[in-house]
Amino acid sequence: MGTDMTESTGGIDMDEQTSGVVKKFLYVNRKAPYGTIYALESLEVVLIAAAFDQDVSLAFIDDGVYQIIKGQHTKNIDVKNFSPTYRALEGYDIEKLYVEKESMDARGLTQADLLVDVKIVTAAEMADLMESQDVVMSF
Amino acid sequence: MKFGILVNEGPYTHQASDTAYQFTKAALEKGHKIHRVFFYHDGVNNSTRLTEPPQDDRNIVQRWQKLAADHKLDLVVCVAAALRRGIKDENLAEGFRISGLGQLVESGIQADRLVTFGD
Repeated sequence: MGTDMTESTGGIDMDEQTSGVVKKFLYVNRKAPYGTIYALESLEVVLIAAAFDQDVSLAFIDDGVYQIIKGQHTKNIDVKNFSPTYRALEGYDIEKLYVEKESMDARGLTQADLLVDVKIVTAAEMADLMESQDVVMSF
Repeated sequence: MKFGILVNEGPYTHQASDTAYQFTKAALEKGHKIHRVFFYHDGVNNSTRLTEPPQDDRNIVQRWQKLAADHKLDLVVCVAAALRRGIKDENLAEGFRISGLGQLVESGIQADRLVTFGD
């Protein structure tokens, strides 16, 4: 490991170990934000990934759409509300967020209910998006 | 082909670690390479040396250890996920190492395929 290995790169010497390769990474979020830890720990991977200069996209399907819904209040369940972090993704140059239309419709949600700008795509378009990726991580 | 393996569930409760192990073993037997096995979420619980299953059951932790020793596998446990769940160097099984999430992203970059085992 090189000496420039830092917390922000999660234990990696970037130049040595990624050798300038840029791949298309898609992080698929399928679960509600609270109740399980998947959403929070997925976000932790995404934030680390931002340091790697890869082509990063996020997808929200099924109950995963609830992760980016406005007005999350978690005080009464004594769990940290991490939803503001999604708004910070833009600052990490992570701007490609996709939400599956069918998942939104099934839950009676529209773009106005979401706290970030997203592209709403059909399940078929989502399948094409996944097909076009090099690495898909599903949480 | 060079595979990266991501294990997202703990042992025994969930089949993910068993299936990941069987997949990894089969891939090696077929002559494929394993770039790294990364343990995340409850998957970090596959790495504690305090695990003691009943004697008539498989020992999931030791099984990973043996496969790693036989094939020089890199078994990496996410530090943030591990600390949350009480996994530290003092109870880490031999053959595993604790490091950062960058190791997972790097595996996605370096491997031809990253295969996720989880819920």
